[in-house]
Amino acid sequence: MNLFSAFFYLFSTLTVASASMVVFSRNPVHSTLFLVLSFFNVAGLFVLLGAEFLAMTLILVYVGAVSVLFLFIVMMLDINFVKLNEGFMSYLPIGACVMGVLLIELFIAFGAWKGFPNAYNLLQAPIEEHLSNTEALGRVLYTRYVYHFQSAGLILLIAMIGAIVLTLRHKPGVLRQVVADQIARCPETSVEIRKVKSGQGI
Amino acid sequence: MSKVTLSDLLPLLPEIILIIGAILILMYGVFSSREKARLNEIAMGFSLALILLIFSMTILSWSSGSIESELFDGAFVLDMFSSFVKCLILFSSFFCLLMSVDLFKSEELSNFEYPVLILFSTAGMMMVVSSGNFISLYMGMEIQSLSLYILASIQRESLRSTEAGLKYFVLGALASGMSLYGISLIYGFTGSTNFSAISRLASEFHAPDEASLGLVFGLIFLLAGLAFKISAAPFHMWTPDVYMGAPTPVTFLFATASKITSIAVLIRLTMSVFPVMILQWQQILIFLSLCSMILGSFSAIGQNNIKRLVAYSSIGHAGFILLGLSAGSQAGLIGVLVYMSIYTFMALGIFSCILAMRRGGEAVESINTLSGIAKHEPMFAFLFATLLFSLAGIPPLLGFFAKFYVLLAAVGSHLYGLALVAVLSSVVSAFYYLRIVKIMYFDEANQESFDPISSIIHVILLISGGISLFGFAFPRPFMYIVKTVVLSFL
Repeated sequence: MNLFSAFFYLFSTLTVASASMVVFSRNPVHSTLFLVLSFFNVAGLFVLLGAEFLAMTLILVYVGAVSVLFLFIVMMLDINFVKLNEGFMSYLPIGACVMGVLLIELFIAFGAWKGFPNAYNLLQAPIEEHLSNTEALGRVLYTRYVYHFQSAGLILLIAMIGAIVLTLRHKPGVLRQVVADQIARCPETSVEIRKVKSGQGI
Repeated sequence: MSKVTLSDLLPLLPEIILIIGAILILMYGVFSSREKARLNEIAMGFSLALILLIFSMTILSWSSGSIESELFDGAFVLDMFSSFVKCLILFSSFFCLLMSVDLFKSEELSNFEYPVLILFSTAGMMMVVSSGNFISLYMGMEIQSLSLYILASIQRESLRSTEAGLKYFVLGALASGMSLYGISLIYGFTGSTNFSAISRLASEFHAPDEASLGLVFGLIFLLAGLAFKISAAPFHMWTPDVYMGAPTPVTFLFATASKITSIAVLIRLTMSVFPVMILQWQQILIFLSLCSMILGSFSAIGQNNIKRLVAYSSIGHAGFILLGLSAGSQAGLIGVLVYMSIYTFMALGIFSCILAMRRGGEAVESINTLSGIAKHEPMFAFLFATLLFSLAGIPPLLGFFAKFYVLLAAVGSHLYGLALVAVLSSVVSAFYYLRIVKIMYFDEANQESFDPISSIIHVILLISGGISLFGFAFPRPFMYIVKTVVLSFL
């Protein structure tokens, strides 16, 4: 066993283990932290495959942004996770059965794996030898894949519209900070000087 | 890599204009300081105009003959088939917008984002229909579904609408995941996401005894995901709840445009990407079709809510469409296209009838509220009855011909048992269609009449009822178009 496969098995074992801990740990904060661990291990697998750009993006986006968001949500929402998991045990047997059958089927299928012999020649955008990952991606992203790229942008736009449409509420009577008004204030409009006679209020 | 100039993008022009137009309307809505009602009118007007423009562009590009082109290494394919389906999609989203005009004026549905989201989902559907590559297929699917999830729950004050949106979102995401897994398997086995390359490989390496197990696995997952989207049994669980909870015009969009899109994908996958694997996908389609037809006809019997009833009936109709597809022949494809077009016309009428059912400013959905309505609203009752007869497939009406062509194809491909089940389930479904007619005409009129039906709904109802009644007299131009499309596709 060479170094490559040693690392492969290390990373994949840790990925699977931490992924199952995400599901099984009782504390949701622990779940999220295990999620981070599994992301790191998947990133390691990507590096082994020579996809260093993907590995870095995974860490930046998923660990840096998504997991932190998850943590915030878990901490801010007051959800009783023990109550949420109550039905878990009663559904476990049938769920495990379905999972087992599916797993065996997939094993059978992949046991008979027979890829098409010249499949590799079909690769649409093979990475050339002298190029780094990032450069190779940059060459095709805005040329050959511009259509897909723009549609991905459209999906994000729609998701944003959805978030706003479904959650934004205009409450009347809410006091908001208006920076322009604050800056535009001057002593003439905001300060009033009155003479107060002694022994009397205003 | 060849250089792409701007004029090469010409086949993509309708989609580009639609998306840019939608973004402009969105921007106008965000930044304009007009009052809400006026803003909504403007957004709605421009959206209607935009869809009309795109519709005429699609028709024009068809008639000018400059069709059949590929863009971005085959990621975007424009052919007669995709143009035909796009026309159907644009037709239904135009009428979806038109139906919502009245709701949009009232407080029930008053976000200016509503027409914008319909435009986006239409653009997504058009992209799906012309996708020639799994990535663009998935991207288009997501654009379409994301907009539809939002549209389902857009009445966020209503509990039912929120529930509908959430259910649709969770199950839709599951379906997308399944499709994606299937796509990744297919990619893993063939090394390509391109439809033409995959189809070439599949036919080159297809031995009768072993049809590359991996490819079959991928195809099954993909078909399951698509079956979710066309709400074919046993993947139909979400349909009644979502159809009931979503605003009625949006439900019309679910029942027509969204289904048509997924069926178009199914057609492209089965008939042009994997035609050599017919033995594998035919079994699946036959099973789906059988389940949907039986479930659609029996479950609808006990329904008392008209929107739930239409949901079950649409499951049954999906079964009929799959019946045509599982024939796997040219006749089957003709049957499917005819069925989809006729179903769109009929659903248009049925949903405008549902929209017309309002009492005291509130929409009523129980079937019992229709009792004796024929005395108060003879015209409405007549048109509704016509449409129901047509859905049931009573001969001179248009719905009969839809079922006729599909059954013809099934018999032509020796699927006798399936055709028999189709006929029997159609008899069963006739029961609940006719029950509504009976309630409208023969039951005691114990309630006052409906609110005055708005002129727009009236016109839509007249168009749809008229087509269902007299459509059989002018089949030739339509059949000519369908046959040309099918011949060019196969």
